[in-house]
Amino acid sequence: MFVGPFVIGLVVFVYVPIVWSIYLSFFNAYNTVTPTEFVGAGNYLDMLRDPAFRSSLLTFVAFAVFIVPTTFVISLGAALLVARTRVMQSFFRSVFFLPTACSYVVAALIWKMSIFSGIRSGLANAVLGWFGIDSVPWLSLADPPWYWLVIVTARLWLQVGFYMILFLAGIQRISPTLYEAAAIDGAEGWKVFRHITFPQLRATSTAVLLLLLVNAFQAFDEFYNILSTFGTYPPYARPPLVYLYYTALGSGQDFGHGSAGAVILTLIIAIVAVVQGRVLRLGDRGE
Amino acid sequence: MSDQNLDPTIRQALGSSLTRRSLFALGGAAAVTGALAACGSNTGREPAATGGGATGGGGSGVTLNQWYHQYGEAGTQQAVEKYAAAYKDATVKVSWKPGDYDQSTAASLLTDAGPDVFEYGNGPTIDMIKGKQVVDLTDLLGDAKDDFNPSILKRMTYEGKTYAIPQVVDMQLLVYRKSMLDKAGVTPPQTIDELIAAAKKLTQGNVKGLFLGNDGGAGLMGGPMLWSAGLDYLAEDNTFGFDDPRAGQALGKLREMWDAKVLLLGAPKDWFDASALTAGLTAMQFTGLWTFPDIKKGLGDDFGVMAWPALDGSGKASVPVGAYGSCVSAKSKDVEAAKKFVKYLWVDQTQDQLDFATAYGFHIPARTSLIGQATTLKDGQAAEAAKLATDVGHAQSPILWTPKCNTAFGDAMNRIVKEGADPMGEIAKVKAVAEPELKRVLA
Repeated sequence: MFVGPFVIGLVVFVYVPIVWSIYLSFFNAYNTVTPTEFVGAGNYLDMLRDPAFRSSLLTFVAFAVFIVPTTFVISLGAALLVARTRVMQSFFRSVFFLPTACSYVVAALIWKMSIFSGIRSGLANAVLGWFGIDSVPWLSLADPPWYWLVIVTARLWLQVGFYMILFLAGIQRISPTLYEAAAIDGAEGWKVFRHITFPQLRATSTAVLLLLLVNAFQAFDEFYNILSTFGTYPPYARPPLVYLYYTALGSGQDFGHGSAGAVILTLIIAIVAVVQGRVLRLGDRGE
Repeated sequence: MSDQNLDPTIRQALGSSLTRRSLFALGGAAAVTGALAACGSNTGREPAATGGGATGGGGSGVTLNQWYHQYGEAGTQQAVEKYAAAYKDATVKVSWKPGDYDQSTAASLLTDAGPDVFEYGNGPTIDMIKGKQVVDLTDLLGDAKDDFNPSILKRMTYEGKTYAIPQVVDMQLLVYRKSMLDKAGVTPPQTIDELIAAAKKLTQGNVKGLFLGNDGGAGLMGGPMLWSAGLDYLAEDNTFGFDDPRAGQALGKLREMWDAKVLLLGAPKDWFDASALTAGLTAMQFTGLWTFPDIKKGLGDDFGVMAWPALDGSGKASVPVGAYGSCVSAKSKDVEAAKKFVKYLWVDQTQDQLDFATAYGFHIPARTSLIGQATTLKDGQAAEAAKLATDVGHAQSPILWTPKCNTAFGDAMNRIVKEGADPMGEIAKVKAVAEPELKRVLA
């Protein structure tokens, strides 16, 4: 009874749109959500044949391969450091966590307009200036791809704190008796981490990896706000959702192709998540 | 996008601030409203159901919902509410829509919760027309037809039928600092090669010669470059218009500027803001007419205006022009009343049009006969700009140029300008996307 309203909300605002989107992906649905012309797998084939869409998928597989482990390691490291801190632990915890409360859009604009603006007064270029290095137009160049530096630093700044808190919660749940037993056996430092902390964090690690993975493929906010320039988005570092937004789901209103692209993306996330679970064998023996 | 001419402040502040959540909300909303239109109670039709509702007039019991995007200039909202309140034949409820206006309006047209009268950048899209979401407004123009800016009106017309009434004209043009050109001994360039030479001379120390946007003009200058070569996105018969060596040559010129390191890149505020020019980061900038008040404030009279030059003797100089057009939704409960209101406000009420164009932001009235009455456009650079808009104004992109074509073209421009890709090879890729799209929309 109590969950009734939530179930209704879930069905109406989550499941119906998902099912509707799958339905639309099999139809010619320009400017309509009640299409009549069935095209079978046509939209899917069109999307898979579209070199721009394929390239955005590939880019984001590569992006995930990089960003998932990087965020994982940095947030785990931060959690371990904060957990060991005896003084001002809650201060450090808050400081690392604070960026999570910042809007992606706001952060993106600060990164774009203040830190990595292309002129001498931008923070990054001012620092380079101290060493006599010419200003770099970070976001204008396609080669070398400095834009990744801007995006990755913004993303890490925004996300590390959140995953750190997850790890911290996991670390604090580990029974002190395990550490005591290890101490009696003479284990310390890396050995404790290797044989106690990390294995005990298995469930947390599984969840974090999955969240990171989904997050990487659903990237939109900071990419859009950092790289889009007034109506266009460069053909590189373009997340699949941004591409779909420009060609199908924005003013284009091509819901057939847009939905097909979204379903393809979902399938990729699902497959990679399953493969990741199998390969890493995380969660199998979790708590 | 074809609406890049329009209302820069607000697009900068809001248009680019799209988040994934609002994208999903939008896609989800479109899907859900299709299924649940009957269940929705917040249809925007009740007074004050949507942001900034203002009910005006009295009239015959007909209520019309009119949508505007959120203009950045102070007083604009009060002005349109005042015009609506003065209309006697219907009650007009103005909705002021912040956020991603184009997308949310397009989505709302799929439902019964949409507006009766709404503005849209450069008129409705071809898909809206083909989908019969908007109605033909040709007969509203009457004798005034020839008075509207011709290239804008053409942009809002498909197969002889006009689907939107232009509200105000915005334009982009090349602005330069006279004193910097004088000092370098440069005269305003008449061809693209002269422009490149001038930009080289003007690039000194921390000052760059030319600013075409932080992407080196990839997003902004594609159209003007095609026109400067005497070409266009589409030929007169609606076939692909720039599979031509001259197009390759013209687009390659942007790469030449990039390689010569005369372009300003990475300015804190992009081309649609005057600050790069007024702060002395660049000597010449391609920007919008809307920046004139800021330029005047920063530079006084130390600036001149010109069109984007021709490639050579057989090309054409041009300035891109755009306009929000007032459209009538086919789902309106009273299409005739909605059309009557559009005719009243955007064809007949010339004093309101003049007020709307000149009293708040810096725009050009859509009706050329009003330009002479606009005190803001009476003399100096503004008068020259208004004349350029009428004489060599070129609508940004043709109505058949869909978002998909636009994305493909933007990709090609990025590769040509930033990566030095072969222009003809890139044009071929655009053609491969554009031809099936043209076939689809013309079907």
